[in-house]
Amino acid sequence: MPRVLEVNDLVTRFYTPEGVVHAVNGVSFHLEEGETLGIVGESGCGKSVSVLSILRLIPEPPGRVERGEAFFMGKNLLTIPKSELRLIRGSQIAMIFQDPMTSLNPVMTIGKQVMEPIIEHLGMTETQGRNRVIELLGMVGIPQASERFEDFPHQFSGGMRQRVMIAMALSCNPKILIADEPTTALDVTIQAQIIDLVKELKDKMGMSVIWITHDLGIIAGLANRVMVMYAGYAVERAEVGPVYADPRHPYTLGLLGSLPRVDGRHARRLVNIDGRPPDLLQEPTTCPFAPRCNYVIEACWESNPALREIEPDHEIACWVDVRSASPTRMVAAHAQR
Amino acid sequence: MHNGDVLLHVEELKMHFPIMRGVIRRQVGAVKAVDGVTFDIGRGETFGLVGESGCGKSTTGRVILQLYRPTSGKVNFDGLELTEMKGEAVRRLRPRMQMIFQDPYASLNPRLTVGQLISEPLEIHLGMSSKQRTDRARELLELVGLNPKFDRRYPHEFSGGQRQRIGVARALALNPEFIICDEPISALDVSVQAQVVNLLEDLQEKLELTYLFIAHDLSMVRHISTRVAVMYLGKLMEMAAREVLYENPLHPYTQALLSAVPVPDPVVEAKRERIILEGDVPSPASPPPGCVFNTRCPLAEEICRQVIPEYRQVRPGHFVACHLVEA
Repeated sequence: MPRVLEVNDLVTRFYTPEGVVHAVNGVSFHLEEGETLGIVGESGCGKSVSVLSILRLIPEPPGRVERGEAFFMGKNLLTIPKSELRLIRGSQIAMIFQDPMTSLNPVMTIGKQVMEPIIEHLGMTETQGRNRVIELLGMVGIPQASERFEDFPHQFSGGMRQRVMIAMALSCNPKILIADEPTTALDVTIQAQIIDLVKELKDKMGMSVIWITHDLGIIAGLANRVMVMYAGYAVERAEVGPVYADPRHPYTLGLLGSLPRVDGRHARRLVNIDGRPPDLLQEPTTCPFAPRCNYVIEACWESNPALREIEPDHEIACWVDVRSASPTRMVAAHAQR
Repeated sequence: MHNGDVLLHVEELKMHFPIMRGVIRRQVGAVKAVDGVTFDIGRGETFGLVGESGCGKSTTGRVILQLYRPTSGKVNFDGLELTEMKGEAVRRLRPRMQMIFQDPYASLNPRLTVGQLISEPLEIHLGMSSKQRTDRARELLELVGLNPKFDRRYPHEFSGGQRQRIGVARALALNPEFIICDEPISALDVSVQAQVVNLLEDLQEKLELTYLFIAHDLSMVRHISTRVAVMYLGKLMEMAAREVLYENPLHPYTQALLSAVPVPDPVVEAKRERIILEGDVPSPASPPPGCVFNTRCPLAEEICRQVIPEYRQVRPGHFVACHLVEA
């Protein structure tokens, strides 16, 4: 499959009064045409910052993309002129965010907001734009779209606002849709509606999707490939099947073990991952997961392992093979903290 | 089912919040946050109460503790009718019923040390001396898996998971029998959620606690509960033993809700049939006539739009409020 996006060695830091936050530390990934890539991790793991960096949406200062390249259709998004980037952003690469309320302008009608990118990028007239907006709102499942054109965001529910965001993102037929935790603020029945909608529209419009979330469940049913992130590093990357059936990084293994399942197929006792994610103010010289890892060995304290391929298309950043190694530390229910 | 030793009995509980309008503050309506809820909680069990945001599950918890006085209905705790008691009498019962809150950032006073936070109830309810309180606070910290030497630190020095442990320690200070856990893990990171749930399970075993576990995370509720009730727009839709409810849900809402929860397993996900509900939850200020779920129910018939279904027992220990479920 041809690649629509290729990101190499991305490094993003934030220069704060408390010190330098190492948010993204040399992350590489690619997106194939028509696929969905899931980026999973807990808060502060760098999953959002990675994609915001590619689109140069990191507030600067305090943030800075220090290094890396991001090729989209032969162009490096990190070096092309801002004017050129603006033509790509919002039209060929579109984004939807977690909180549809803060992403919409509260004093502008829904219709006007969805119309903005259409007029900006496609150069349509008001009338053409209006018709396109009504068509789009209908497509994302907003009933009586023509009557709701003049409504304001507060007149829409959370799920409906996310639909509006999707309509706006899709208005210029993007090649890539980046979804940054778009269902985290929504109830589970509404989440199912939105996931269903994105899946349907992806096939219809032939887009590629990057879906960022902390929820391993969503990714299981949605993505083709997964990248698990921890402390600004990609720690495991593979097709969805192998990652869930045979996780090879201790963090992924622990994360899957810590999740109860609605179908009841989980251990009676959940796996504890002791401690908490590391402080990003120091660039780690050890494996960043070592202090919490059940499989930690001497090598983990000596250097930070790079991603390596352990099987075709299955990479991990770990010195240990969790299949043959036995846990080096017992999983204590209440370790000293 | 619980073993018949009922600790808490809730009957036809209603909590309607008035909507006031105009200069003379005339009541023009009511938000029916909880609208006729009935259930029992057996001693030593974990009763899960699930539902989407705004369904009234947290309000139910608060009304049980009499943090809000209910509009009508009964709350009977170990033979004592709380709704008929005066404020002071309820206050004297507080040591027996405690609450753990959702947001460990907002529910701890940032100006008190952890030791003070935990020992505050000991002073108020038991009148312990300062030395006794310090000792007890350290003992409690140890119990929830924190270093007892941390008692002089302030909440901001702790992570979210640690703060939730402090919240648990505080709830345990007075040796309660019954704890309402109101979304205790939803503000925490995934890897930390399991720590707190494991702690709650351990403490239950050690201290013979009874929990009302209120949450929207259906997977976690399945994990921790013995029985589960599903709430929608202020009413109970279904209640049954954990396995029964998850393996054989009878109410169309429960079925849709369970099918909407993603499973972290691509093989299972590929085969799952999802029931996608249309539309949004109606406002609790103007719930639809008939069954409150009829506007979104894929199976709704004429009767559902007109007659409120009775919440009834269709199998032993399995309660459903739906016209379409045969007894």
